[in-house]
Amino acid sequence: MENKKKLISDDGVRTDGRRWNELRPIRMEVGQLKNADGSAYIEFGKNKIVAAVYGPKEVHPKHMVLPDRALIRCRYHMAPFSVDERKNPAPSRREIEISKVIREALEPALIAEDYPRAAIQIFVEVLQSDGGSRVAGITASSLALSDAGINMRDRVVGCSSGIVDGQVVLDLNDTEDKEGSGDMPVAFMPNLNQVTLLQVDGIYTPENFRKAFELAMTGGRMVYEMQRKALLEKYFGASPSETAMEEEE
Amino acid sequence: MPLITRKQVIPGDVIASGDYRYGSYIEKRGSDYIALRIGLAEVSRDGVKLIPLTGPYIPHVDDQVVGKVIDMSGFGWEIDINSSFFGYLPASFVFGREFSPATHDLSSKFKVGDLLLCKIEAFDRSRDPQISIRGPGLGKVPEGEIVKISPTKVPRLIGRKGYMVNMISAQTGCELKVGQNGLVVVSGPPEGILKAANAIRMIEEEAHLADLTTKVQNYLGAEAQGGE
Repeated sequence: MENKKKLISDDGVRTDGRRWNELRPIRMEVGQLKNADGSAYIEFGKNKIVAAVYGPKEVHPKHMVLPDRALIRCRYHMAPFSVDERKNPAPSRREIEISKVIREALEPALIAEDYPRAAIQIFVEVLQSDGGSRVAGITASSLALSDAGINMRDRVVGCSSGIVDGQVVLDLNDTEDKEGSGDMPVAFMPNLNQVTLLQVDGIYTPENFRKAFELAMTGGRMVYEMQRKALLEKYFGASPSETAMEEEE
Repeated sequence: MPLITRKQVIPGDVIASGDYRYGSYIEKRGSDYIALRIGLAEVSRDGVKLIPLTGPYIPHVDDQVVGKVIDMSGFGWEIDINSSFFGYLPASFVFGREFSPATHDLSSKFKVGDLLLCKIEAFDRSRDPQISIRGPGLGKVPEGEIVKISPTKVPRLIGRKGYMVNMISAQTGCELKVGQNGLVVVSGPPEGILKAANAIRMIEEEAHLADLTTKVQNYLGAEAQGGE
């Protein structure tokens, strides 16, 4: 412990100047990609992530068709230039796992039964990585899915918390992720109040676990509001929350 | 025109609570009505309704669609109708009941790449939609410019009782074939096509705004036509 540098100063300031319960600056934009059916771009601290959704469209190879619902596919990928040392662009073990957990985090929100025999493909491309890229990827994917107009029970948001210098803190950055003693990414659907992803590494006391989990949920609710703003901005511009229009057809 | 107040909603939003009838793109959860899409929600005595602003085309029986022939077998044509499902046009719908694969040549009617204005004859989600070209104005589209818009904006392009589409047609001297799947074929003089295409794109962009008819009218340089 002695030779490790301190990640939280004596007056409670973290390496990037935040307090224990503060998120990094977040920016979201919807519909950045013309060629995808739905897309979103998110900056979550130093993370820069693009999410794109294609579909519903026909399934290839044909034998993978599900007769009663849509097949949901997800690819999480880090660009070779997203990290300090060039990363091999081939999908690593870690990326394959994250693709799977992102898919499973989004699946409960999607009404896949509305699109039988179709495929919905989600791409999460990390352009620049910082800590917590899977939760930022989930947040962006759920925006892209809304943009694509896939029926969704709720939006999914992700946020992480963890233990740094023995203290529970919100939204770990890269340094805290690597040198801290615990990391807990959480994804959930705030309106349904259901958790869709909960991963933990490190050693937690039951009390710390509860604290970290609740902190991540609190952070997630803040992200949920930002998601809302980004979507309204794209679809309704700066107009008020109610709209008047003529009857149609 | 009567103006209706609508609430802007995104997936997961509670539109209303209580006891209502409800339409598509809405889910009932306890006593809450939840929006499943980005769109405009309307609550009235008739129930809760949501007009989506984005989304794929899902076929419905009797929809008029613009499709492209992508494949041909001995018994019919496969049609791309801009959906996750491919349409199937059986040759017997074209040649009549006496159709026989031995005597009739399918390529004499439609070739791969041809554009068709057609109708969804049958669709039940367990099988691909069946397409027919029986009906007034249906069949091969010989010429025109394709304008692709979001299928959710098609009702606005058509307008009340076809008011909007007729107006564009009258002002530009073009013929518009509007498919519910978001494909519009515009044919006529070149300047007219350009103008009509711009008007269509304008409708797509501003579909959620009020007083669209007047805006399009102004764009097309039409004289105010007076009240309806």
